[in-house]
Amino acid sequence: MIDFDLTTVWAFIIAFAVFAYVVMDGFDLGIGILFPAITVGQGRNRAMNAIAPVWDGNETWLVMGGGGLLAAFPLAYSVILPATYPLVIAMLLGLIFRGVAFEFRWRDERHRPFWDFAFFGGSLVAALSQGMILGAILQGIRVTGRVYAGSWWDWLTPYTLLTGLGVVAGYALLGACWLIWKLEGDVQAKVRRLAVRAAVATLALMAAVSLYNLSLLPEYRHRWLGTPEIYFSSQVPLLTLIVAGLLFYGLAKKWELAPLLLALTLFLLGMIGVGVTMWPYVVPGALTIWDAATAASSQRFMLVGFLITIPLILGYTGWAYWVFRGKVGGEGYH
Amino acid sequence: MLTDPTALLLARWQFAFTVSFHFLFPPFTIGLAAYLAVLEGLWLKTGKALYLDLFRYWLKIFAINFAMGVVSGIVLSYQFGTNWAVFSDKAGPIVGPLMAYEVLTAFFLEAGFLGVMLFGMEKVGRGLHFTATVCVALGTLLSSFWILAANSWMQTPQGFEMGANGQFLPLSWWAIIFNPSFPYRLFHTVVASFLATALVVGGVGGWHLLRGNATPQVKKMFSMAMWMAALVAPVQIVIGDQHGLNTLEHQPAKILALEGDYLSHADGAPLYLFGWPNDRTQHLDYAVGIPKLGSLILKHDPDAPLAGLDTIPDDEQPPAAIVFWSFRLMVGLGLLMFALGLLSLWARWRGALYSSRFLQRFALAMSPMGFVAIIAGWVTTEVGRQPYLVYGLLRTSQSMSPVGASAVATSLLAFVVIYFAVFGVGIWYILRLMNAPPHPHEETLAKDEWAPIRTAGITPATQGDVEGEP
Repeated sequence: MIDFDLTTVWAFIIAFAVFAYVVMDGFDLGIGILFPAITVGQGRNRAMNAIAPVWDGNETWLVMGGGGLLAAFPLAYSVILPATYPLVIAMLLGLIFRGVAFEFRWRDERHRPFWDFAFFGGSLVAALSQGMILGAILQGIRVTGRVYAGSWWDWLTPYTLLTGLGVVAGYALLGACWLIWKLEGDVQAKVRRLAVRAAVATLALMAAVSLYNLSLLPEYRHRWLGTPEIYFSSQVPLLTLIVAGLLFYGLAKKWELAPLLLALTLFLLGMIGVGVTMWPYVVPGALTIWDAATAASSQRFMLVGFLITIPLILGYTGWAYWVFRGKVGGEGYH
Repeated sequence: MLTDPTALLLARWQFAFTVSFHFLFPPFTIGLAAYLAVLEGLWLKTGKALYLDLFRYWLKIFAINFAMGVVSGIVLSYQFGTNWAVFSDKAGPIVGPLMAYEVLTAFFLEAGFLGVMLFGMEKVGRGLHFTATVCVALGTLLSSFWILAANSWMQTPQGFEMGANGQFLPLSWWAIIFNPSFPYRLFHTVVASFLATALVVGGVGGWHLLRGNATPQVKKMFSMAMWMAALVAPVQIVIGDQHGLNTLEHQPAKILALEGDYLSHADGAPLYLFGWPNDRTQHLDYAVGIPKLGSLILKHDPDAPLAGLDTIPDDEQPPAAIVFWSFRLMVGLGLLMFALGLLSLWARWRGALYSSRFLQRFALAMSPMGFVAIIAGWVTTEVGRQPYLVYGLLRTSQSMSPVGASAVATSLLAFVVIYFAVFGVGIWYILRLMNAPPHPHEETLAKDEWAPIRTAGITPATQGDVEGEP
C-alpha cells in the first residue's frame, strides 16, 4: 500500500503539476502541430485566438513541474536533466519560437507565414522532446553516487522515438478537440476530421509504447502482468478501450465538448499507466521518491504555500477561462 | 569528480549569456506593469481619455516584452539542472522552495490575469480590468521578491546546516529569505526596474518631441518619466551606497576587487577612478586615484584603515578587471541618470520641459542606459561572487553537470544564434511600435475583426468606448 508521508504527497503534487501542464499546454502545442493543416487567414487567426488569452498560464505549469521537481526531488532533477540534455535544450528552444509567435505574427503581416511556421515547428519540437524525455525516464537512467552516469546518447532509442511520437499525436488530438469546442463552421469540420486521424495515431502509439514497456525492465512486466497486480493494472487498458470507443462515437456524432473531455480522460489514463509503471521510482531503476526527496522542512514549508495558493490559482485561472468562454469569432459578431 | 575546464567555461558563458539576455525583459515588465496600473488608475479616477490612450499604447509593447521574458525565463528554470546539476542537488532544498514560491505566488498570478489585461477590457468591465492590471503588476513584484531572495541567499547564505549527503538543509526559512544582502538587493533591483522603464518612456517621449509630435499624450508621458527619473535616481544612488556597505561587510573580496584595492591601507584608502587591474601581479596598473576618498565612501571616514585583496588568498578572489569596469560603468550611468533628472527639474522650473532640445536629446540617449546599467550591476555582483556559487561554501568549479564540452558548445551556439535572431526581431518590433507616436483612440490589442474572441451572449462593446461596471 501507499504510505502517505510528505514525500508521497509531494510525488502526487508534482504528478498533478505535470498532468496539468500536459493537458493544458498539450492543447496549445497540439494546435501548433496542426497549424499547417488549418486554412491560412481566418481559420488560423481563430485557432490562434482560441488560446491566446490562456497559453501563458498553461505554460506556467511547466515551470511549476520543473521548479517543483527541483524543490521537492532535487536529486531527481539533477539526474534527469543532464541525462536528457539535448532534449531539454531542444524543448526550450522550441517553446521560444512557439511563445513569441503568439505576439509576432500580429505585429508583422509580411512575415506572418514565417511566424506561423515557427509556431508549428516550435510546437512540434517541444512536443517531440517532451515525449522523448518521458521515454528516456521510463527506460531507466544510469546513476552512480548522486550523478548521472549514462552515456551521451542514452536518450535516443526506438522506445524514446515511440514515446515522442505518441505525445505529438496525443497533443494533436487534444488541440483538435479543443478547436472543435471553440470553433464552428468549415474550420470546425476540418479539425474534426483531423481529430479522428490524431485519435487513431494516439491509440496505436499508446498500445505500442505499452507493449514495449513490458520488455524494458523486469519490474515493469511484474507490475502489469504479475498476480494479483494484473487485477488492478488491467483496468487501465480496459478503460482506455472504452474511452477510445466513446471518443470515436462522439466525433462521428459531432458532439462538441465531449471529445475534449474524453481526450483528457485518455491522457489521465495514460498518466495513471505511467504511474503504475514507475511507482515508487522517480528515476526508474535508480532512485525512489524517498531517495530523491528534499529535506523535511523544505517539504513542509512548500506544502503550506501550496495549500494556500493552489485554490486561489485554480480559482482565478478558471475565471480567466470563463471570461473567454464560448465560440471564437463566430459569424454574426463583430 | 574532475571537471573539464573547457566545459566549465562554456557552461559559465552559457548561463551568463542566457541570464543576461533574459534580464533585459523582466525589469521592463516590472516597471511597465506598474506604469500601466498607474495609467489605468488615473484614467478611472479622472476619466481623461489621454490616460487610456497611453495605457493602450504601452500595453502593446508590454505584451511583446512579456512574451519574451516568459520564454527566456523558462530556459533558466531548467538550466540549473541541465548545466549545474551538482549545485541543484546540493542547494535544491533551499533554492528550490524559494523558486516554487515564485511560481505559486507570482508566475501564476501574472499569467492568470495577463489574458484579461491584454484582451479582456470589453468583457469584464473597467473595475475588474483594473484589478487584473494591478494583479499582473503585483505578480511581477512578488516574482522579484522570491528570485532575489534565492540569489541573495547564494551571496550571503545563512539559516542552514550541512547534511551528511552534502546538501544544504534549511533550519530557518526566515533567516534564509531575509538573509543579510536580500533587502538591499531587492530594493536596488526593483528601483532599477522603475528607473530603466522611466528612461525608456522618457526616451520615447523625447524622440516624439524632437520630431515635432508634441501631442498631449507625448507631453504627458515625457513629463511623467522625467518626474520619475528626478525622484528615483537619487534614491537609487543612496540604496546603491548602502548595498555596497553591506557587501563590504559580508563579501569584502567583491568590493576590494571592484575598487581595485589590491593593497591594504592603514590610514585611509584612495578611490581609484581608473586603472588596469592585474590579478597575476596583484597590482592596479596605471592607477589614478583620489587619496582618502575610498575610505570615506566605504567606511564613511577618510582615515579608516582598509584591508586589501592582499589579505585574501589568490584562489578566493574574483577576477578584478571585470568587476572593476562593470562597476564603473554602472556608477557612471547612474550619475548620468541623476543629471538627467536634475536637468529636467531645472527645465520644468524654467517652463522649458517640452521645448529644450538638449533635454530631449539627452533623454533619448539615456533611454537604453537603464538596461546597460542593470546588466553591468549584475555582472559586478555575480562575477564578484566568484569563485563561489554559494558564497564561501560551494565553488562554481564543483557545481557543474556531467555534460561534455562539445554538448555545451553546441547548446551555447544554438542559444546565441536563436536569441539574437528571435529576440532581436522582437526588440525591433518594440522599437517600431515606439516609433509611432501615441494618438487619440489608440487601438486595442483586440483590433482585428476576429481577434480575440467575441462571446455569444455578450454584446460586444464598440471600439474605444468601453462599458463600465453596472
